[in-house]
Amino acid sequence: MAEIKLQNVVKKYGQLEVVHGIGLDIAHNEFVVLVGPSGCGKSTTLRMIAGLEEISDGTISIGPQVVNELPPRKRNISMVFQNYALYPHMSVRENLGFGLKIAKQPEAVVADRVREAAEILGLEELLERTPAELSGGQRQRVAMGRAIVRHPEAFLFDEPLSNLDAKLRVQMRTEIKKLHQRVKTTVVYVTHDQVEAMTLADRIVVMKDGWIEQVGTPMEVFNHPLNTFVASFIGSPPMNLIDAQITGDKIRLSDGTHLPVPERLENHVREGQEVVFGLRPDDLTPQGHGIAENGHRASVELTVELAELLGTETILYTRINGSEVLGKMFDPRDVSPGERMTFNISLDKVHLFDAQTQKSVRLG
Amino acid sequence: MSSALKKRIGKAVTWALTFLLMLIICMPGLWVVLTGFRPNREVLAKPAVWIPEELSLNNFAQIFGFGAEQVAIPVPAYFTNSLIIALTSTAIAILIGMSGGYAFARFRFRFKDGIFLGLMLSRTVPGIALSLPVFMIWSRIGLIDTKPGLIIVYVALNIPFTIWLIDGFFRQIPKEMSEAAQVDGCTRWQAFWKIEFPLARSGIASAAIFAFLTSWNEYALASQLTRSTDSKTLPVGLMDFTAQFTIDWAGMSAMAVIIIVPALILTFIVQKHLISGLTFGGVKG
Ligand SMILES: Nc1ncnc2c1ncn2[C@@H]1O[C@H](COP(=O)(O)OP(=O)(O)OP(=O)(O)O)[C@@H](O)[C@H]1O
Ligand SMILES: [Mg+2]
Repeated sequence: MAEIKLQNVVKKYGQLEVVHGIGLDIAHNEFVVLVGPSGCGKSTTLRMIAGLEEISDGTISIGPQVVNELPPRKRNISMVFQNYALYPHMSVRENLGFGLKIAKQPEAVVADRVREAAEILGLEELLERTPAELSGGQRQRVAMGRAIVRHPEAFLFDEPLSNLDAKLRVQMRTEIKKLHQRVKTTVVYVTHDQVEAMTLADRIVVMKDGWIEQVGTPMEVFNHPLNTFVASFIGSPPMNLIDAQITGDKIRLSDGTHLPVPERLENHVREGQEVVFGLRPDDLTPQGHGIAENGHRASVELTVELAELLGTETILYTRINGSEVLGKMFDPRDVSPGERMTFNISLDKVHLFDAQTQKSVRLG
Repeated sequence: MSSALKKRIGKAVTWALTFLLMLIICMPGLWVVLTGFRPNREVLAKPAVWIPEELSLNNFAQIFGFGAEQVAIPVPAYFTNSLIIALTSTAIAILIGMSGGYAFARFRFRFKDGIFLGLMLSRTVPGIALSLPVFMIWSRIGLIDTKPGLIIVYVALNIPFTIWLIDGFFRQIPKEMSEAAQVDGCTRWQAFWKIEFPLARSGIASAAIFAFLTSWNEYALASQLTRSTDSKTLPVGLMDFTAQFTIDWAGMSAMAVIIIVPALILTFIVQKHLISGLTFGGVKG
């Protein structure tokens, strides 16, 4: 129940700087997800907020207090670790109550809070077991229970679902979302799974190589990626990125196809500018198989190399000037490899990035 | 021949071979134990008496100074010395081993690998090779024939191994355990005692038992550094049974039994600890 502020936070391991002066404001009760590829500094950032890692420069505050120098126990946060880190020599009940016992809460309070947490997470039956006697999902729940009993200012999660199988992961994802709605608290959640990020977050923070690339709501990040990295990282399958050049009022793709520059981007490009043309597979659909077929459209003829059936939709693999380009076929019919099809491009959804800076042309 | 029968025969052969091998390994030990319960004249009889005719506790009574005949060897004093020296040196070695092991497992510091390697290499020097320098230093500073003198040597002897063993056990405990405890409100010190220590306990106990056995059984250095009942330990005392022309084999064996029994008991405890190991249910998998 506190805001968390990072200002110009730097982390160095010896000479090696792994987080380069990032800034971030997290509001009361906000669910913020840090997402990015492996090694981008998500865990490091989270651990600096927790106080498990010293910060090399900048300030971190939780609520009104600067916590730079405070040890973890004085920050009133709780953390769920990737490997759960349950105490193996204690029962579930003792695991849940540990933090309160350390804080010298009266027995009755401990019992009450443990019961409350157990109820929220459906752990009542498991209280006397040890962690070794629990399934992965149950351990996960205990770890979350341990986090909520202390009624902390903020929850920190470090890839809490990555050790679960796919089905359980989806289930626990929903539970975390529900938990947040029930126990209104500030949450900072780390994952490298962009689907988790999209589904859970109030705001997503996309990181890369120790930098923050973009901060925004899932919709903002999805619809208006600031650069090619965010564009290709968020969304699955990833956005197609094709080299192109602006010639007149057209975008000339590397294979020679000409497409009109969308009106909303007209003022952001210059003649002759080298650009990267971005198009989500959802917006490249065979004629008659798009979601919404109105709006500005252009069409191209492409050869389907491979069709991947997903049930409600089929992913179509095609090629533009040698590089792979994916399209989506909604309400699919059978497609045979080698088939030539006419694809619609939704021009309203087209993205353009400057080839040199890799940044959205809207910024320049 | 059916495969089931083949399997059973194979198993029987394995067991027979194992038994034979164990018999060969254990024979000298068993012989010592047996000799401890036999009168000296039977032990020395020619031709040898293979099957004992007479078993009694006389030798033990003599050693501890009960009964009619008595040996002029102060075994109770040696026993006390051994106990004090082994226990104290073990306690100190474990305390240092625990701090050192924890440091190597958890902290980064300069020259860490070098120091660790150095510690391990120190074990490659046979203790006896150091006996002369140690003897010279100890005699300078008056530690010859004192319990502290021997305790220091044994602590030094045991530390590399204890650190190595305990380091391994702490390494197995994910550092997130301690971190979780710190987030939960513990100081690092509390996190150690409430979480990491209980989890490494069986490892620390094993290290303690190994250290105790090393000190308890050590002969070479003790024989150089001790002289009198002030500090002589049981293994050194064993040589008191050899007079200029005679050896009291029966008495010696009885005393060997006295040395072996605590070692044996402790070894069983180690085994239990090593087998029970740790169940890291708190971590994934
Ligand atoms: N103790 C350390 N010493 C030196 N470098 C480290 C240390 N811990 C992390 N790093 C480096 O810092 C960078 C960021 O690591 P971090 O663990 O924050 O990545 P991450 O985004 O959480 O990745 P993952 O998704 O793999 O967990 C990495 O390049 C890593 O190699
Ligand atoms: Mg990580």
